Amino acid sequence: MKAKVFRARHSMGRIVRGIALVAHDGFSARYDLDRINGVFSRPAHKLAGQSYVGKILVLDTAKGGVATAWMLHDMKSRGIVPLALVFNSVNPILAQGAALGDVSMLAGFDEDITAAIPNGAEVEVNPQMGVLTVVA
Amino acid sequence: MKLNDEESDILAGKMGSVAQQALQHQMKVGEFFGAEDFVPVTQAHLMADTESLGEAGVQWLEGLAATDDRRRLVRIPTITDPRGTDFANADLLGQTSAMLSLERRAISAFVKLGVAMTNTCINYQTIQAPTRNEHVAFGDTGVVIYSNSICGARSNFEGGPSALAAGLTGRTPRYGFHLPETRRATLRIHVEFTPTTLNGWGALGGVIGRIAGNYWSVPVIEGIEGAPMSDQLKHFGASMASFGSIAMFHLVGLTPEASKLDDVAAPGLTSHRVTKADVDELQSSYHTDDQVDVVVFSAPQLSLFELGDLAELCEGRRFTVPLLAITSPQVKPDADRMGYTARIEAAGGNVLSGMCFYQSYAREISEAKGWKRLATNSAKLVNILGGYGYRPMLASMESCVDAAVNGKLART
Repeated sequence: MKAKVFRARHSMGRIVRGIALVAHDGFSARYDLDRINGVFSRPAHKLAGQSYVGKILVLDTAKGGVATAWMLHDMKSRGIVPLALVFNSVNPILAQGAALGDVSMLAGFDEDITAAIPNGAEVEVNPQMGVLTVVA
Repeated sequence: MKLNDEESDILAGKMGSVAQQALQHQMKVGEFFGAEDFVPVTQAHLMADTESLGEAGVQWLEGLAATDDRRRLVRIPTITDPRGTDFANADLLGQTSAMLSLERRAISAFVKLGVAMTNTCINYQTIQAPTRNEHVAFGDTGVVIYSNSICGARSNFEGGPSALAAGLTGRTPRYGFHLPETRRATLRIHVEFTPTTLNGWGALGGVIGRIAGNYWSVPVIEGIEGAPMSDQLKHFGASMASFGSIAMFHLVGLTPEASKLDDVAAPGLTSHRVTKADVDELQSSYHTDDQVDVVVFSAPQLSLFELGDLAELCEGRRFTVPLLAITSPQVKPDADRMGYTARIEAAGGNVLSGMCFYQSYAREISEAKGWKRLATNSAKLVNILGGYGYRPMLASMESCVDAAVNGKLART
């Protein structure tokens, strides 16, 4: 079977492969995460209570403030960071945070990427080619 | 990205290793967004509370600051957003010595880099407002949306690392809100209700932020009656930025780039109507309890006028639950001189400065102090604190002061 491939207009970082954690919801490290225990903590978030550690987050858009620019770096140092970020759209803060924290990221697809990727799928993020591939 | 000679020299390390690292970071971000080149900036505003920085961030800053070369210094005025504490009131917040130690290390590093520790998120009211078409590199989303929308300046959301990089290089990648085309409206909002209270303005900003939905959306808003004051637009913008990650809006006939609708809006934009019921619904959705553990006025820091209003409301009152009013280090001495601080404290409240509540280890404060049910007049604050384990409630300044007296928040 041919792997499904999705092309992103914006990309950064290294090639990584992992399990997708998918929701049509936004993302802010400050607003949404318990960064001590590594879980989504905002009660209204669609991923509330779920661990984001080592997952490839597939979400709709960046939310909120500027703190994520530092927080991804700190989360990386403590080993409680997502493996990669895949978004329909991002704001500069996520890009700045991914750049400092060395977290791979793709953004800007021709379709709603949160509807295209099944939750729990194994995916590969290839920023050099600007593509997301559903492996299994 | 196209680099000029100076930028090529920075990238080659001829201006020192700190500026070189800064430009490398900026190029990663600029290339991600397809920036063609850099644009010079005149000011940088840097968000870097230690809760966000963590030990790793502070060590990273200390590494830059340890560079034995005066070329490590920022080359344009670079100022700071609120810190993670008010040292004089750290005990009141239940903050630990480890938090304060990290804070001192961060401050020391910033000072060695030439950063001015202004510790304010209302620099457009207290330090120096940017002017129309002035390119700046501002952090704090409330500062950016106010500067873009009300002042007509040009800034993206610059997180701490990027704002510091802009301070060190004197430029930023030219993309987003530095470009005229990004500043044009993407949707129309017709407002049928002009708030009078600050919480009302914040709630209206929240409703519009939710509709607009992402950073690249620019709402043009019609129907506002009268000329809103700076504090009203401060809460309006900060909330819109918080709920929607919005960096710019236009108010037809009021903000500098939209003297009339077709200055910023092409025909056929999607249009939305916002009513008083929408604003009331957002506010009431947060009213999940009647009991209150703490009252907080913060986010953004309070202006002198807000502190004056609060002092008036505190007259003859006696609080049974803690009330915190948080302002900037520039406003606090004036509040002291005017007697506002004394009047708030006489009722049992506290006036803190140089910090902001949600940037000061809010989760740990909650655990240390047993504060869960929090009343505030800041829509931005209620939007943020849910993720920190609070049950935040949005109400007028008057209702919040009443809640500090009797421990209950009245339903409106």
